[in-house]
Amino acid sequence: MAGIPHDHYDPKTDPEKWLHKRLPIVSLIYDTLMLPTPKNLNWMWIWGIVLTFTLVLQIVTGIILVMHYTPHVDMAFASIEHIMRNVNGGHFIRYLHMNGASLFFVAVYAHIFRGLYYGSYKAPREVTWIIGMLIYLLMMGTAFMGYVLPWGQMSFHGTAVITGLFGAIPFIGGAIETWLLGAGAVGQPALNRFFSLHYLLPFLILGLVIVHIWAFHTTGNNNPTGVEVRRGSKEEAEKDTVPFWPYFVIKDLVALALIMVVFFAIVGFMPNYLGHPDNYVEANSLVTPSHIVPEWYFLPFYAILRAFTADVWVVMFASWITGGIIDAKFFGVLAMFGAIAVMALAPWLDTSSVRSGRYRPMFKWWFALLVVDFFALMWLGAMPAEEPFATFSLIASTYWFAYFLVILPLLGVIEKPLPQPATIEEDFDAHYPPKEPSNDAIASPAE
Amino acid sequence: MFKKLSLATALVAMVSSGAYAAGGDGVVEDFDFSFEGPFGTFDENQLQRGLKIYTEICSGCHGLKFVPMRTIADEGGPHLPENQMKAYVDQYFVSDEAANMHLYDAEEDELRALKPTDNFPAVESAGAPDLSLMAKARAGFHGPYGLGTNQLFKGMGGPEYIASLLTGYTGEEKEEAGSVLYENKAFPGGWISMAPPLYGDDTEFDDGHATDLYNLSEDVAAFLMWTAEPKLEQRKATGFTAVLFLSVLTVLLYLTNKRLWAPIKRKDA
Repeated sequence: MAGIPHDHYDPKTDPEKWLHKRLPIVSLIYDTLMLPTPKNLNWMWIWGIVLTFTLVLQIVTGIILVMHYTPHVDMAFASIEHIMRNVNGGHFIRYLHMNGASLFFVAVYAHIFRGLYYGSYKAPREVTWIIGMLIYLLMMGTAFMGYVLPWGQMSFHGTAVITGLFGAIPFIGGAIETWLLGAGAVGQPALNRFFSLHYLLPFLILGLVIVHIWAFHTTGNNNPTGVEVRRGSKEEAEKDTVPFWPYFVIKDLVALALIMVVFFAIVGFMPNYLGHPDNYVEANSLVTPSHIVPEWYFLPFYAILRAFTADVWVVMFASWITGGIIDAKFFGVLAMFGAIAVMALAPWLDTSSVRSGRYRPMFKWWFALLVVDFFALMWLGAMPAEEPFATFSLIASTYWFAYFLVILPLLGVIEKPLPQPATIEEDFDAHYPPKEPSNDAIASPAE
Repeated sequence: MFKKLSLATALVAMVSSGAYAAGGDGVVEDFDFSFEGPFGTFDENQLQRGLKIYTEICSGCHGLKFVPMRTIADEGGPHLPENQMKAYVDQYFVSDEAANMHLYDAEEDELRALKPTDNFPAVESAGAPDLSLMAKARAGFHGPYGLGTNQLFKGMGGPEYIASLLTGYTGEEKEEAGSVLYENKAFPGGWISMAPPLYGDDTEFDDGHATDLYNLSEDVAAFLMWTAEPKLEQRKATGFTAVLFLSVLTVLLYLTNKRLWAPIKRKDA
């Protein structure tokens, strides 16, 4: 890979040379595994492995579930119960898949906020960031469509609500909604296509994950200091880095194993904790659940969607200036997608020349507030749409946008950053000081 | 800072899950079931008593259409001896023919006899919900502040809801739009269309177990937890094994990692 100088694969035996001339696959694996990685990475750099593992887990368990699932409105719910009762190990595989979605989002949110704090999105890693955001969008689509498949009450009515959002688009919304559902309402065509797409999208995600990894292998990893690895020579680079294998592979596996302990405890002992009881009631278009709520990982953005009601002045203004084309519902949809769009634009909204939040005294506090804001939105998304939650949602949504659109651009101008270490080696040595030359070493020849 | 944040993510994720279960304002009492907690298992005798109550009383109006009849002989369930299970299936009467047309035999022009591999028949004639999954389709606990964290200690509360409902009748009745409603402390809204199904001493048990309303309600609620989650015991066992082995793996990997990094971090291995 380009970028940081390091040793490359050198075929020694004849069969190795033979293969290398025809297909340099061993070289590709070698270079990927031996990537020089900043040696000061902390424990927030483990989420990538967790995410990769979870993707594989979801694909493997998903493929097994498909072998026993029936995508038909009259049989889907019963086929899930068939998996839970008659398929060998089916109950555990299904619970792994169900909770795997939650693990996926816990990890992706940690991964994203890691990037936001340490400025991993900044040049030259904008492409890595954008691809990551695309993966996140695809994950949300996949999770949403997967939730429809059990054909429970929440599946059915949640689908109606979410596809209804597209109906809010002026002029063409109704047509888009019908096109998405394949019919005027949620039914067999919707279930069939969501099933098809739920199988397809993970493989698109897999493809994008490879590109994501390729992109940051080209630029090199960011690290907690935000200072780049020195690339003048191999010797210089080796002072800042250690090879990915074995150092970070083993470290990441420690974290993964620990996370798996927690994950299997949840799957084994409380698998329905993150689910909704209503989804154990078969879908019925005539009975609407009293309280339709999305899965926890959508709640922050669901809160933003609901925050902009018709009595908010920006909504009134937008409605007035567009002659009523943008109504409150459409404004909410724009806000929800906008909340993700502003995050994707962070590389260009952040004007600070300093990458890591560690050396940005003002940024630190605004960032901490953003994290609090995120959790507040998550809680508000689960609350009923009434006061005082509506006002809180509006304040929290406003901060989300203000952080990206106002605070990030302004901070770069007004903030006085702290001094950064000159090199990664300097930062590492500050934590793990080099030993003084030992007297034993000098004394030993005399023995 | 980040370690704390990620911990908080996980916590909030768990906490907010219970939050949307608002709306139900019935009072659900906390029953002490044998299957609660990571090591809790079903009480076979209790499940057999629950099966009897279901068969004699509930099955008049409620089906169990997702539960294969043979599974009442399963370990981790009522665990009836094989011959008793077969006898049970043989004597089982399909009360609602229209809801079980998959059993229709065109040659005989009637429903064929049930086999152990069949599910319990559906019952729709009374308009009552199927009970197969009821214990997972209701959450009894949502607090505090709608956060649902008390589920960590009490469980979801489905069986508690069922037992509370069965014991929650106050005896008050009212007529509304031509149908009689019964006041119930556990039912959201306070008025339920189901007449009190159990009064106490509705059946008797060979083992002489108590047949008061409280005990009967508890027994049938436990049985319905089993119908909703028949693999509960296997699931916990698998989970326990996984947690045990992964914990050992974590320790081994941690020690490996420590030793691996020692020279880089200039520490003694």
